[in-house]
Amino acid sequence: MAKYITKRVLRSLITMLIIITILFALLRLMPIEGYFENFDKMSATQIQVKLNTLGLTDPLPKQLLRFYRQLLQGDLGESNVYRKGVAITTIIAEKIPISLQLGLISLAIALALGLPLGILMARSTRTRFKIGDKLGTVFIVLIQAMPSAVYHILIQFAGSQTYIGKEILGLPMLFDAANPRSYILPVISLSIGNIAYYAMWLRRYMVDEANKDYIRLARAKGVPNGAISRRHVFRNAFVPLVQYIPNSILFTLMGSLYVESLYSVPGMGGLLVTAIKRQDNTLVQALVLIYAVISILGLLFGDILMGIVDPRISFTKKEGSR
Amino acid sequence: MKRLGIRPLRHQMADSLADKLNEQLKSDVDSPMTDEEAFSFAGFDAENAERGGYSGYSYWGSTIRAFCQNKIAVFFLIVMVAVLAFTFIQPYLPGQKDPLLIHNDQWGLPLNNIPPSEEFWFGTNAIGQDLWARIWAGTRTSLFIGFSVAMVEAVVGILVGVLWGYVRKLDFFFTELYNVLDNIPQTLLLILISYVLKPGVSTIIFALSLTGWLGMARFIRNQIIIIRDRDYNLASRCLGIPTWRIIAKNLLPYLVSVITMRMALAIPSAIGNEVFVTYIGIGLPVDTPSLGNLIQTGRSLMTMASLRYQLYFPVLVLVVITVSFYIIGNAFADAADPKNHVK
Repeated sequence: MAKYITKRVLRSLITMLIIITILFALLRLMPIEGYFENFDKMSATQIQVKLNTLGLTDPLPKQLLRFYRQLLQGDLGESNVYRKGVAITTIIAEKIPISLQLGLISLAIALALGLPLGILMARSTRTRFKIGDKLGTVFIVLIQAMPSAVYHILIQFAGSQTYIGKEILGLPMLFDAANPRSYILPVISLSIGNIAYYAMWLRRYMVDEANKDYIRLARAKGVPNGAISRRHVFRNAFVPLVQYIPNSILFTLMGSLYVESLYSVPGMGGLLVTAIKRQDNTLVQALVLIYAVISILGLLFGDILMGIVDPRISFTKKEGSR
Repeated sequence: MKRLGIRPLRHQMADSLADKLNEQLKSDVDSPMTDEEAFSFAGFDAENAERGGYSGYSYWGSTIRAFCQNKIAVFFLIVMVAVLAFTFIQPYLPGQKDPLLIHNDQWGLPLNNIPPSEEFWFGTNAIGQDLWARIWAGTRTSLFIGFSVAMVEAVVGILVGVLWGYVRKLDFFFTELYNVLDNIPQTLLLILISYVLKPGVSTIIFALSLTGWLGMARFIRNQIIIIRDRDYNLASRCLGIPTWRIIAKNLLPYLVSVITMRMALAIPSAIGNEVFVTYIGIGLPVDTPSLGNLIQTGRSLMTMASLRYQLYFPVLVLVVITVSFYIIGNAFADAADPKNHVK
């Protein structure tokens, strides 16, 4: 186990190093406008002086080393356009709680609805008409197949309309921290994809598990249905899903790029979109980096957690080896 | 349990195999043949003695049959073929308008935001371009992106997957490479590349292709490892058949169904990604009509009830295309699995 974790952490570190280097290389290719607030009004010397102070005229290896050193010290640089001269860590510290709050609420809802939906669907495959399974499948297929961009727009649109005499729905289209009613639509948007995702995989794993011989034996022995589902099928079927939970939790830190900018939530996801639109190079760089760290950590924790939950997974054998 | 309409467990235990055995047994026992008939000596028949075993099983025949049993999938296949065909025929039909042409009235003012009418079937947009023509032009762009990404994914994925699976010396290298690359979030790469490079169709195709092949390569590698050392491949190797021929004739035909399925699923996801990058402002330039562009424009006009048609029509076309590809891809994967061929 310890050996596996060490190896896994090392691999993640290598990935990080590669991502940082790619990021560095890509951003040097960018037009330099992204480092200035008002590029057009500046003279060539002014630009040169600014570039010098930012250290962008140094040879590339030197810049790269400095970049690594700053990162190790937790220094992400300063914003150039979005909020000039403010340290990026400060900006992020204001944004994270908002994303985290919305994200955790919707993750809780996704788990609370997605898992029962999956269980109901799996149970329904054993009934004659499989109505529950069919309805659930229609929902899942629609959510999975439609680009998320589209159903978020539709949710925002449908939720903000008023029906039957102004009383029903008519929720605020944009997010406002002081108004709890404005949380509803972003939370629905954030959770609906996860509901479909958890339901789909839980159903799949539960159906697979329920066809195994030991479950048949348990049925033949007369173990009550509920006990079989709860103690055998669900517990085994949930193991593969455990892997995604750390990832889901960590990702709430970043918020959703799309949902946050659609509802103008002042969180992390919306920040990245704004930074891209306003071409704030250092901010984009920092956010992408955080994004990468979070997703790599999520995968890492997911793999480790899965090993803890399921003792059958062997850590010494190489994946897919013969 | 009864109340919920769920059948008692005992009945479910009788699976199809047991049913079949029982039927067989019953027909054997009830057979009208007497013992003499049933156990008489067979005479020697030279022709029968030479006859080899023959099975009428055809993989593709069974796949198509299994696919056709899925009525929903067949329906979506027809819808998809119709939409695809129409997308490419549309510019050659009479009376079609140029997607980039700005229509003016007789005083030279642009005919902007005209609701759907006889002249403009889907209305016009904010600068007076015909939405009907733009939607089909946009569908062509989006489909082009989807197909290109799927092609790259297939070519690179098959190449890498075959090398990874078949050549033992490369296994370590590719496995480590995969483990590292697989950690890079795809959205991130997509955003970065679209941010840095010039926005355009080729940029999006490039960004999506960059990591798209990973899943395909890994899948093919796993399959190839399973079948690589089967007896028929061993026999081919012993007979001195060149490696490329073993790969092309023995291994790949086995994987055709999987490759097709993954390609079918890559197309809607590529189209969806295009919509996404266009939304965050680093997608295609406005003068290239694409479904992403059209939806983005439509979304910004959503608050005005009279202009909502500019959102509805592109969304409708997009949803029809992605849902059909998704359902067909999945149904095909089920149909192509030989386990589902035996009824």
